[in-house]
This record gives sequence, structure tokens and C-alpha cells, in this order.
Amino acid sequence: MTDTTLADLALEVRAKNAGPFWLTLEAFMSDDAGYRVADALITPETVAALYHVEAGTLQIFRIPQLRVVKVSMPRPTPQGSLHDRDMHAGQHHIPLAELPVPRGRA
Amino acid sequence: MSNSWSAPKSVGVLVPAGMLGAGFDPATVERGLALGADVIAVDGGSTDSGPHYLGAGEPKTADGAVRRDLRILLGAAHEAGIPLVVGSCGTSGTDAGVRWVSGIVREICAADGRDLPIAEIYSEQRAADLVTRLEAGRIQPLPPLGPLDASTLLTCSHIVGMMGHEPIARAIEAGAQVVLAGRATDTALAAALPLLRGMPPGPTWHAAKIVECGGQCTTDPRSGGVLARIDESGFTVEPLDPNAACTPASVAAHMLYETANPFTMREPAGTLQVADARYTAVDDRTVRVEGSRFEPADRHTIKLEGAAITGYETMSFVGIRDPHILASIEEWAVLLRKLLADRVQSVLGLRDDDWGADVRLYGHNAILDRLETAGAPPREVGVMLLVSAPTQELATAISKVANPLLLHLPLPDMPYLPSFAFAFSPAHIDRGPAYAFVLNHVVQVDDPVELFRIDTAAPAGGPR
Repeated sequence: MTDTTLADLALEVRAKNAGPFWLTLEAFMSDDAGYRVADALITPETVAALYHVEAGTLQIFRIPQLRVVKVSMPRPTPQGSLHDRDMHAGQHHIPLAELPVPRGRA
Repeated sequence: MSNSWSAPKSVGVLVPAGMLGAGFDPATVERGLALGADVIAVDGGSTDSGPHYLGAGEPKTADGAVRRDLRILLGAAHEAGIPLVVGSCGTSGTDAGVRWVSGIVREICAADGRDLPIAEIYSEQRAADLVTRLEAGRIQPLPPLGPLDASTLLTCSHIVGMMGHEPIARAIEAGAQVVLAGRATDTALAAALPLLRGMPPGPTWHAAKIVECGGQCTTDPRSGGVLARIDESGFTVEPLDPNAACTPASVAAHMLYETANPFTMREPAGTLQVADARYTAVDDRTVRVEGSRFEPADRHTIKLEGAAITGYETMSFVGIRDPHILASIEEWAVLLRKLLADRVQSVLGLRDDDWGADVRLYGHNAILDRLETAGAPPREVGVMLLVSAPTQELATAISKVANPLLLHLPLPDMPYLPSFAFAFSPAHIDRGPAYAFVLNHVVQVDDPVELFRIDTAAPAGGPR
């Protein structure tokens, strides 16, 4: 039995460019309990560790009415550069989506 | 435009699709007209597909797909007597992109007998003119970029300014029924006519943001278009496909889409604030939004986009199925990269900082790279070698030097030469120039139209 992940408690976890210089992540949680888990779990420190970025560069928006936590960061790799493997940043939700939920929280 | 004042206290904006060329059911446009659309607005571009399209000045969309959508929309605009606004023509909004869309529009109008007044709005900027503005202290960076150097402007192959609603509104006021705009904010296309007709800016800009991607604000993003009706206290929005629905959550969630900040949005004329907006269901597929505000800026700013060549690229691709190699695929990739650097130095005389390469292990960790956490050995791996060099000749030569390594490189513990699976011959493909976005800066302007050129000279179907 694998651990519960954030994605298990979400309708959708997604990532996308927000213009050429920003990347944005959104966790749309399934219910209020799931939102409370995401709200507690998604901290600047957690996201910084998952995405190998400085916590101070992150913007986190918490929207309980929509049960959404949104995280925006400067794009770690410039869009379209030699080392950019995800032009639309559309697969960069995976580290957040696969974040394990501590036992007892799910 | 005989019946364009059918609803004097509100303005209906029809957005048929998120992107010109994406396709839509013509019946959804007819439905939007029946609901009393006063303008059709559609986006023709985006930066989202990368810097190539601005750098090269080429459209991403196929001529046939754009032509098919435009034929339907020109017919709808003509028969309803309402304006059609197309923004960011040709994907990046370069002057060539505007001319490309304009040529298609003129061919359709001539073939279908539609005599529609056309305006072209050009948004491309000359680097030298911008250097003058930079030296006058009128260009500022947006995060995360820093202050601009004149040399960066001069390296760009194309620079466009992102227009607000003002040039579009001016073209409509001048009598244009088809407005073909260069680079524009996605929202300006939908906002121009409602603002021209006196609708309040808060609801207008908010509605324009909600409808910019067509069905993305509905429960079925593939359903095509939407209609927003803006009035003095807010707006309502509904899908054009009767089987799709707008819900308060689907509409509110669209403020998150492709935005860094979901509560505020900067336009050339000011800032939309939606933190206090209220979303309520009118019925099971229509949503009412009130409480959006627009704060005019002290000074108009025009955002710049520019792309410059970073090098010339060649891509090689080989498949590996041998489990012995796959068990140590990262070690193999490091060895490949080191031996390639050694061979390129000895054969071509290039040092490591004269060129670049990216070894991508598709099937292992190519997409997330160092962020990847899954550990199981893959069943097969596609190895992409992407080489960047100052000229195409050098990028090709480096890739030819790499070819025997991609075909035969063994792990150190192997006493024989394996042969891997090239996908095609030749095993490399020249990609030509590669580009990067290098501008994320705004120009302060006295007049929101001063960076743009509006051409209303030639009628549809007539000589240029």
C-alpha cells in the first residue's frame, strides 16, 4: 500500500507557464478536508525543496472558496532554452501532485 | 452595422474559441449571434508555445485552419453587422503575422463577396527607437528580469509591444468592421468594444479575462466558445454549446489560468482587481459576476516581448532496450557527455564553452530531470542529444562526431561494442536557429496608441 499523495485528495493538480518567465502550480482539492490538508502541506519550504528553488522567490495564494492552493515561481529554466524539456511547463505538477500526505492527515 | 445597438444598456461579446485556428462548431457562433452578440473577438496568438514563433516571425497555426475559422467568423460578422476583432495575428503578432492574416481575410472577402472595412494594427517595434526610450529612462523591468541593456534590444530578431484596448477601439471608431491586431493583451480584444460603448472598466476587463480562452471557463474546456454580456453593474457568461455549463467555480477558477497572480491583472491602462468579485449562478449554465474593480494607472505602460537567437541546434535520437545499459543509464549518459566533449575538442578544436549539449533520457527522467523521484529501471529509453553551437555547420559537425558514440558506446564493464537503435537515417536533424525570450519590460508612454500603427486604408476585396 503506497502512501496517500496530494493528488489522491485533489480533483486536479496542474502546472503551466504564466508567461515566458513564470511557472504556476495549482492544487484543486476535492473537498474542504482535502483543502485543509493542502493548505497545511503546501508551505514555501516544502515547495522550495520539491522544486529546488529559493523559498523567498515563491508566491502562494490560498483560496478556500475554490479549495485551491496556487503557487507561482520564476521559471527555473528559461522557456525554450537548450535545457528546457517542458515548453509549456505542463508536466511540472508531478513533484507537487506526488507529495506524500502524512499518515493521519488524509 | 445596422443592428449593432440591439442592447443599448449592455454589450455582448462572443468568443468562438480560445485560439483562431482551433476550430469550433459553426452552430455555436449562430447561437452566440442569436443571443445578441455585439462583437466577435478571437485571439490569434500566445507566447506559450515558445520563442521560435516570435524569433522567426512564423505562425504556429496552419493556413487552412485559420482560413476555415475566419470564413465562418467573417460571414457571421458580416451578416450580423458587428465587428470582428482578431488579436496577436500570426501567433506572435509580428508585422508579418498581421499581413499573413490580412491576406487570408482579403482572399475570403473577395471570394465570398463580403465588402467589409478592414483595419490592420501593427505592433512591431524598432530596436533603435526603443534604445532612445531606454536612454530617456522610460523602460522598466518586470520581475524576475532586471534592468535592460541597449545591447539586448539590438540582439532581438523581432520585438513587439503588447497593445491594450485603445488602438483597437480607435480602429473601430474609424469605421473598421474587421480589426486585425498585432500583439495585444488577450483581454484587449474583448474589452475594446464594451469600453467604447461606455461599459464600466471593472466588469469589462474581468469579463474579457474570463472569456479570453473560450470554453476554458466552462465545465467542458473542449466545448468551444462563450458569450459574456457586460452591463453597468457586472457581467454574465454562458457557453455557446448548449451541453456545456458555466458554474461559479469554473468561472472563478479561470482567473488562475496561466496567471502568476489570480487576484490582479495589469493592463496598459491600469490594474484589474477581482479579490472582492462575487460569482453567482443565474441558472444551471449561466454565471453572474459583480464586484470587480479597475484601478486606472498613473501612466500607461506597454509591455515588450522580444526574441533573440541563442545558437543553432541539431537533434539526434537513439533508442536503448538493453537492460544492462538501462540499469546504469545515468552513468552511461555521463560517460557519453564526457567522451563527446573530449572528441569535439580533439577533432573540431572546440572548448566546452564554445558549444552546448543537453542529453535527455526519455523514459527515464527527461521531463523532470533533477526533480524526478521515481526510481525503477525503465524498459526502454529514448536518448535525445540536443546540440547548440554558434553556427549550424558546427552544430551539425558536433552531432556527426557524436554519432558513433550514440550508436556504440559501451559501459566500462562491457568487453564488446553494443549497437543501439537509431530511429531514422541520418540520425540527426538540423533545427536551425534557436531563440530565447529576452524582454520582460514595460515602456512608459504618454499616449496608449503611440507605439502602434493603424492602417485603415484598403477595403476588403480591393487592391492593397
